[in-house]
Amino acid sequence: MIRPALPYLLVAVLAGLGVYGILARRHAVLVLVGVELLLGAAGLLLVTVGQTATSPDQAAATSGPVLTLFVITIAAAEVVVALAVLLALFRARGHLDLHADLDPRDRDTQEAEA
Amino acid sequence: MSGLDVLFLAVGLVTAGSGLLAVMSVRVLHAALWLVVTLGGLAGCYLVLGAELVALVQLLVYVGAVVVLVLFALMLTRSGGVPVVTSLPQRGASALVGAGTTILLGGALLATLGDGRAEVTGPDSTAVATGIFGTYVWPFELLSVLLLLALVAGVAVARAPVGGREGEQA
Repeated sequence: MIRPALPYLLVAVLAGLGVYGILARRHAVLVLVGVELLLGAAGLLLVTVGQTATSPDQAAATSGPVLTLFVITIAAAEVVVALAVLLALFRARGHLDLHADLDPRDRDTQEAEA
Repeated sequence: MSGLDVLFLAVGLVTAGSGLLAVMSVRVLHAALWLVVTLGGLAGCYLVLGAELVALVQLLVYVGAVVVLVLFALMLTRSGGVPVVTSLPQRGASALVGAGTTILLGGALLATLGDGRAEVTGPDSTAVATGIFGTYVWPFELLSVLLLLALVAGVAVARAPVGGREGEQA
C-alpha cells in the first residue's frame, strides 16, 4: 500500500521546477534541462496512475508503463534534434546566450559598423 | 506510513532536492550533473512504484544517453563565460509562474486522486511487453522511424552551413 498523494506531490514539484528552469535561464542548454524535468514529471504521473489505478481491461492496465516508455523515447529524439540546433546556433553566433540578439546577421553588421 | 511510503519519501526528497539544484545552480556543468541525480532519483521512484522495466529504460536512456549528449554539447560549445543567471525581476516572475504551476497541478491532482491509500498493482513486465507488441505495436514501430529521423536530422542540422546569408552556400 502506498499513499498516492506523495507521487502526485512530486509530480507537481518537478513540473514547477521545470517551468522555472525554462523561464529563468539564459543558457540554452539549461533551458533544455528544464524541459527534461517537465518531461520527467509527465512520466512520473503516467507511471503513478498506471500502477495505482485498477482496470479490468488488459490493454488499459498496461497503457501507463507503455506510454511512459514512449515518452522517454520521444524525449531522447527531441534532445538529439535540440542539441543539434544548439550546436548550429553556437557555430553561427559563438555563444549560447539567449539574452543576446538571436539573428546572427545583425551581429555581423554591428561588427562591420564598429 | 507503510514501508513503501517511507521509501518513496526518501527517493522523492532526493529527486526534488537535486531538481531544485539543477535549476538553481549557477555553474552550467553542475546543473547538468544535478540533472543526472534527478533523473536517477526518478528511476528510483519508478522502482518504488513497481515499474521495473520503466525504471531500467529511464536509467539506460536518460542517464546513459541523454545526459551524456548534454555533457557533450556543453563540452563542444565550451561556453563557460556565458552568464547563466538572468535578472532578478525575471527570476522572480519565473519563480511565481513555477510556484503557480506547482500549486495548480498539485491541488488538482491531490483533490481528485490523492486521498486514501492504493495498492501498487501494476502490470508485470510480461504484460507490458504484451502491450507493446500487441496493442501498441504500430506506434512502437513508428517510434523506430522517429528515432532514425531524429538521428539523420541531428547530423544534417549540426553540419548545415553557418549563417544563412544570401549567396553563401557550402
